[in-house]
Amino acid sequence: MVAAFDEMTGHNGDVRPAYGELSRWLAEVPPDVLDYRRREAELIFRRIGITFAVYGEADAQERLIPFDVVPRIMSGAEWRLLEKGLTQRVNALNAFLNDVYGAREVLRAGVIPDDLIFRNPAFRPEMSGQNVPYGIYVHVAGIDIVRVDAETFYVLEDNARTPSGVSYMLENREIMMRLFPELFSRHHIAPVEKYPDELLATLKSVAPAKTAGDPEVVLLTPGVFNSAYYEHSFLADKLGVELVEGRDLFVKDEIVFMRTTQGARRVDVIYRRIDDDFIDPLTFRPDSALGVPGLMSAYQAGNVTLANAVGTGIADDKAVYSFMPEIIKFYLGEEPILKNVPTWRCREEEHLAYTLDHLHELVIKEVHGSGGFGMLIGPAAGKVAIEQFRTKLKTSPKNFISQPTLALSTCPTCVEHGVAPRHVDLRPFVLTGRNGVRIVPGGLTRVALKEGSLVVNSSQGGGTKDTWVLDG
Amino acid sequence: MLSRTADNLYWLSRYVERAEYLARILEATHRLSALPLAYVGTSNEWESAVATAGCSAAFFKAYDEANESNVNDFLAFSTANTSSIRSCFELARGNARAVRTALTVEMWDSINTTWLELKRFGNGPTSREEFSRFLRWVQESSLRFDGSAYRTMLRNDAYWFSRLGVYIERADNTARILDVKYHLLLPEIERVGGPLDYFQWAAILRSVSAHTAYHWVYRESLKPWLVADLLILREEMPRSLASCYEAIVRNLDSIAAAYGRQGPAQRHARGIRTRLQNNRMDGIFQRGLHEFIGEFIAENNHLGMLVTEQFLT
Repeated sequence: MVAAFDEMTGHNGDVRPAYGELSRWLAEVPPDVLDYRRREAELIFRRIGITFAVYGEADAQERLIPFDVVPRIMSGAEWRLLEKGLTQRVNALNAFLNDVYGAREVLRAGVIPDDLIFRNPAFRPEMSGQNVPYGIYVHVAGIDIVRVDAETFYVLEDNARTPSGVSYMLENREIMMRLFPELFSRHHIAPVEKYPDELLATLKSVAPAKTAGDPEVVLLTPGVFNSAYYEHSFLADKLGVELVEGRDLFVKDEIVFMRTTQGARRVDVIYRRIDDDFIDPLTFRPDSALGVPGLMSAYQAGNVTLANAVGTGIADDKAVYSFMPEIIKFYLGEEPILKNVPTWRCREEEHLAYTLDHLHELVIKEVHGSGGFGMLIGPAAGKVAIEQFRTKLKTSPKNFISQPTLALSTCPTCVEHGVAPRHVDLRPFVLTGRNGVRIVPGGLTRVALKEGSLVVNSSQGGGTKDTWVLDG
Repeated sequence: MLSRTADNLYWLSRYVERAEYLARILEATHRLSALPLAYVGTSNEWESAVATAGCSAAFFKAYDEANESNVNDFLAFSTANTSSIRSCFELARGNARAVRTALTVEMWDSINTTWLELKRFGNGPTSREEFSRFLRWVQESSLRFDGSAYRTMLRNDAYWFSRLGVYIERADNTARILDVKYHLLLPEIERVGGPLDYFQWAAILRSVSAHTAYHWVYRESLKPWLVADLLILREEMPRSLASCYEAIVRNLDSIAAAYGRQGPAQRHARGIRTRLQNNRMDGIFQRGLHEFIGEFIAENNHLGMLVTEQFLT
């Protein structure tokens, strides 16, 4: 594997301009101060209750995501490039979803095979021919970006369903400002605190056209046992909207109401953090106790807006992902600004053959997987794991794609003894409303804390960092 | 506001209040049991503590005998007892977590810190000294939570519902002490027992933190009927039934004014308050103290139901 690109020292060890101040500061600051700040940050997180749950771990009902106090820094120019690329990508995603549930030109033109859409479990036939307000399906997207050198960014995944992590972007910044005020004064850092305002404006902008007065927005959560519950309550608070569970809502005459101490109140926009499957037991999973019976009927009648729309999961699919460059060209007539990681679709015979021949150097992913589970990193895997995946690939090739193992960039990170490079990725959050796309400069940087590890997922020992975009 | 949010706030306050009450009962019981038998009579104080906590049935399902270690464990640390101090704090924190957005930072910080600190005590202190430190910690935690709510919450329906929880729970607690100990509080002519009861009266006052208050109000040595008067009819005594109902009516009125609507809960609460205001102790003794308390507990429960029906579902 090629040596990773370090965002502070590049390939050759010279400190890159954006990191000038930070590298001087790291050289000045005694190691025990960093360690002390790290523990202070942990205490603050614990007390505020910024925790997440890992499913299937009995004793760890509420865990902290480790927070690394060394920030990740991007120059203004780097950010502007990302911003353009993200805007392009999300516009293409929305055009694609509009088309898939509408005219289906992309299929007629043969850009994507029909069965990849129609036989996909994330495809929602209920949405066919359904008009969503202003043609927007993905109001909130989390696009996972990795970097391999000074110029090259790849999109690793498009999260178009209910992406989480934005509370960490906001809280990490708050904590850094509290812990290192002096470091802040030595930089010009673009603020992220406008995100909740932008999100609320986005949500209000897509209320049903017939809404009378100021739209009533709510945030729908599966409840306290959901791994992202903290984020749901945090956002509801910042947005100033009610945090509702399915049982707080009911549908009457195709209109959604919430139960309040003063009786029923009409709801216009639902920022839902529940997956499609659970949203309405009458339409989807009948055993779901989390959803609202009849919600889909109100949605289809155009009496309530769901953000994100139902059926966006099709754009999350990793096999569909592999077609993104073609999708961008098809709808926008532009070359993709952000690259796709080269992807072999194991559903295709040649791709499967190549994958099986190169298992030890590829990353194998399930097309519907998330959270870093159900994944094989060839170069790091043992013989047994590789053989297990070989069998899986042969039995159900359609469920998998493979990609080359990328040398993700590294950033200086606090480790047991001092500061050392660790691999990172970035999830910026892209908002799309009636008046276009808005992106707050920054995002969630995840860091693989184990030396050499490429898995940044919080469920598997990843941590987070504050992400600074320099002004100018 | 959401009915569920109001419900969580209401129960959050109730559980914190209940935890404090349990700590007071345990403290008073420890005090009594430390006295030589000759001063406190032959009654089993531990059994009486369980009765005052209102969980005799559950207790005797789990244990054969009410003694110090069993009762300490059951009322303070048992996870099987859904009304133990530990369970109360865990339920309170669970309710708080469900309505984070309706709490001030200070309230959340206070209940979350309590919950984190609770773990420090493990499965229960091993020595008496440690146990009494634990009981004091419970009371301080409750005071901190109550104080942070009082000082930081906006005066709107969220605040009024959380106060309702405090006072309905408190009224129930005070009434339960009276229910278990009523025989000690009867006027002299009807009383069985003797000077031994002095320490029992003192213990009752301590369990509602009114030992000093008694002397300020009456400027007399302890008289059982005055103890009853203080706990039932005196509005200036913060844990008396009369004081709780003054607060319940006030908070329900605030809700009614804000919502522009009176309902069954308001009417019922005003009825109870009027009865307390129009009663005198001799009248209550005449018709029977025990009956009076029993009725009160039932009426107070009924108010809880009405509040739930009218606002919380």
